Amino acid sequence: MDIAKKTVQRLIWWMIFSLSLTPAVILLFNAISQNLGADPAKEIVLELGTWAINFLWCSLAVTPVRKLFGWRAPLKYRRMLGLYCYFYATLHLLAFATFMIGWDLKILLQELTERPYAVVGFIALLLLTPLAITSTKSMQRRLKKNWLSLHKLVYIIAVLVLLHIVWQVRSDFSEALWYGLLLFWLLAYRYYKKAPSAKGRATKPNDNVVGLKIQR
Amino acid sequence: MLIKQQSQILSSEITDETIYRQRRNFIKSTLAVTAALASPSVAALSNFQIEEGQKLYPGPDWLQEKLQASVKHPQFQAADKLTPYRDVISYNNFYEFGFDKRDPAKRAQNFITDPWKVEVSGEVAKPGAYHLEDFLAPHMLQERIYRMRCVEAWSMVIPWVGIPLAEVLKRFEPTSKAKYVEFTTLHDPQQMPEQDSYFGTLDWPYVEGLRMDEAMNPLAFLATGLYGQSLPPQNGAPLRLVVPWKYGFKGIKSIVKIRFTEKMPENTWNKTAPAEYGFFANVNPLVDHPRWSQATERRLPSGLFSPNRIKTLPFNGYAEQVAHLYKGMDLTKWI
Ligand code: HEM
Repeated sequence: MDIAKKTVQRLIWWMIFSLSLTPAVILLFNAISQNLGADPAKEIVLELGTWAINFLWCSLAVTPVRKLFGWRAPLKYRRMLGLYCYFYATLHLLAFATFMIGWDLKILLQELTERPYAVVGFIALLLLTPLAITSTKSMQRRLKKNWLSLHKLVYIIAVLVLLHIVWQVRSDFSEALWYGLLLFWLLAYRYYKKAPSAKGRATKPNDNVVGLKIQR
Repeated sequence: MLIKQQSQILSSEITDETIYRQRRNFIKSTLAVTAALASPSVAALSNFQIEEGQKLYPGPDWLQEKLQASVKHPQFQAADKLTPYRDVISYNNFYEFGFDKRDPAKRAQNFITDPWKVEVSGEVAKPGAYHLEDFLAPHMLQERIYRMRCVEAWSMVIPWVGIPLAEVLKRFEPTSKAKYVEFTTLHDPQQMPEQDSYFGTLDWPYVEGLRMDEAMNPLAFLATGLYGQSLPPQNGAPLRLVVPWKYGFKGIKSIVKIRFTEKMPENTWNKTAPAEYGFFANVNPLVDHPRWSQATERRLPSGLFSPNRIKTLPFNGYAEQVAHLYKGMDLTKWI
């Protein structure tokens, strides 16, 4: 690969990397300048949760986008998107435990085990952990086919996260509705594409049934 | 006067500040004298510190005058540290103006609160529709500091100005059939955009209710102001209910109807999610909301590294005044 192309790719990588980090930086800035209103704790938890789900949905959109528009470029950044989801979700839990619960272990344990919405969130985060750990290229190589089966967990995680916000709805269900419709489409598209592509798969051996492609 | 007036108030309708201050001081001093003669426990309105740069809500002239003549209630003065004015007027659940806590402060600014009509109907000898000014006319405003505990497990401490609900209700002479009082918020989707929303589960207009003995309890209060100022629209201007031993959603805002009924009113949240919100909605640390604990609460504003989490008290600390109302009732069932 020539040097110019490599530099451009580096640049794009850094751009996406810093863009993805921006919400966290803005949040930090607002927290320091006490610009988060009467309940900064809740504000931070909600904001981090929102970005966790956004990155999860984005990483799930990579495959449909490729199939729909033929864009292959985003595939290169899917790992980053997934890791950012993990990053924001982890901070989301840490913010919850620190700012809202004050690390009162009794209350924290109660929340994480008794509240259905928190339970599913917790399970989602637990399930995300092995995916984050095995996201490296060497892990991909080492786990081979198992890597793919393992990373199919992401569909279960997405459904759990959707449940996590559906069970929080008090009156306004628009957020849950939009994320739900989007997820439905992201998953349904894969299913829909699976059948007709069954024949074509012979010519594209790298595509597996769910449309994921192992990065080489 | 310690209140820091701000020049950004729509000043066209209010009195020039110096005259206003003089007048206020005059009224206060005369009041202090009469109050001292009448009863030694009544003192003039507290001088609150309002943060610099905060928007004040002048309200109509007649209300300003009433506010200036208001007196401190000798007894109902929660000793807790006050929630700053800034937070009280910027962190609100008022779904008619949006679901985010910051929405009401942004979107209710042009809400018309004067003229305002209140309709009294149902099981009363003297039904009628009143202009708010006439509705309030016979009463002197008082200031009370109450804790407010939201069902979402956060709480504030707010100095309200208003009138005891019982005094008002008695004026209309409820009949023996009047077992409950039902309150209704204004229904006006033009001004309250979420009343037209497709994405909410609530039925509009918002309805709340009290049992007659609850309504007659001395704690029950109708507020027209806070922090010595007229009530901002986002806090339920021009008239809202304050029942400090109950979860905040019972404190219905921008009231236009008061109806005395024989049957228990269907309050909005109870209709939407009966398993989560009851009619009584008394603050009760022993009965959790199905989705979160009610044992503790975060007192706002909460600092990031001190969540300000405190134990929730039965009846929000007002058990002495109200517990007797619920004798013999299973409060794990009557949520
Ligand atoms: C241990 C795990 C988790 C805990 C304890 C937790 C806790 C919470 C809490 C307390 C809230 C605020 C609820 C409220 O409105 O009162 C929340 C909201 C949210 N969480 Fe989580 N969460 C967890 C995991 C996750 C994960 C893994 C994701 C996504 C990948 C996520 C995404 C969200 C979203 C999108 C919201 C709503 C934000 C909004 O309404 O603006 N959470 N979570």
